[in-house]
Amino acid sequence: MARFKVKKDKESGAINTSSLPDIIFMLLFFFMVTTTMRETSPKVRTKVPEASQIQKLEKKSLVSYILIGPPINHRLYGDNSRIQLDDQFATVKDIGEFVARERQARNEADRNKITTSLKVDESTKMGVVTDVKQQLRKSSALKINYSARRARK
Amino acid sequence: MPKRATPEINAGSTADIAFLLLIFFLVTTTMDVDTGIIRKLPPPVEKNQEDVQVNNRNVLKILVNSHDLLLIDGERGDVNTLKTKVIDFMSLHPNDPKYPEVKPKFIKELGKEVMLSKGVISLKNDRGTSYGMYIKVQDELAKAFHEMKDQKSIQMYGLKYDQLIDQKKVKIINKLVPVPISEAEPENVGGE
Repeated sequence: MARFKVKKDKESGAINTSSLPDIIFMLLFFFMVTTTMRETSPKVRTKVPEASQIQKLEKKSLVSYILIGPPINHRLYGDNSRIQLDDQFATVKDIGEFVARERQARNEADRNKITTSLKVDESTKMGVVTDVKQQLRKSSALKINYSARRARK
Repeated sequence: MPKRATPEINAGSTADIAFLLLIFFLVTTTMDVDTGIIRKLPPPVEKNQEDVQVNNRNVLKILVNSHDLLLIDGERGDVNTLKTKVIDFMSLHPNDPKYPEVKPKFIKELGKEVMLSKGVISLKNDRGTSYGMYIKVQDELAKAFHEMKDQKSIQMYGLKYDQLIDQKKVKIINKLVPVPISEAEPENVGGE
């Protein structure tokens, strides 16, 4: 008489994975809600400076970006700071047209609420930045934001 | 009644589909919130506009040269002491000729006249100044004015400026502590 039950060769039950898609979907929704679409791929390096008195930019759809910094592909384009508008390199002269284009893309009601965010590398010389600012003034895009990171205490 | 077994739909690949979607979103989106110092540029100047004459005593001149060195009112300065200098400059000393003049200003919300400093901070930088330094100076100036607002706010309402909820109070503080920063028209101060 067997004292212990002889283990029957039971098929080891498969782990129930029916909730796995749900978990992944939750992750997916998290990312869909918290992130925004990448609009441009950066061609210049923009390590923005640190500052303590910074504000968050509300309404991402009303922000247009101007990137200034040394090109990432410095073998091809050199080390001097360049301006990037949308997806390509540009010169100071293109700024007026860029502002007009950004305005065209927005609703009529929102056109004067556009903020221009300057993402400028900290090593950039002010000369370029000043030129860009003058151009922005000329095309009366007066709300600007100097992009900066929160300073570590 | 005989129960007929409905064939189960194989849902094993739903996870894979969800994964694919997830990866797509991970790649195409960014998470960073843009933060920065928000400023308003002055409107473009007309050609024949005359320069506004400001009494020398009312201006704190800050110059940044191409080697990122500071000159505050003719003296070598340091970024770290800039804040205290600005706060000191903007404080009210009507009878001391070293400090800016004061003028009375009627504030509607308070219903009375308040003495305000006529001081202006003029910031001028060279084309060769690095952007990092420029932001540092801007940040110090912003810090100085923020601290003054805090002071005023604590004095009047016992709360810091950021803690004020009543928009009317925020407005009053903003009127009591104006931010008179003027950026000079660009100029080549000293070679790149």
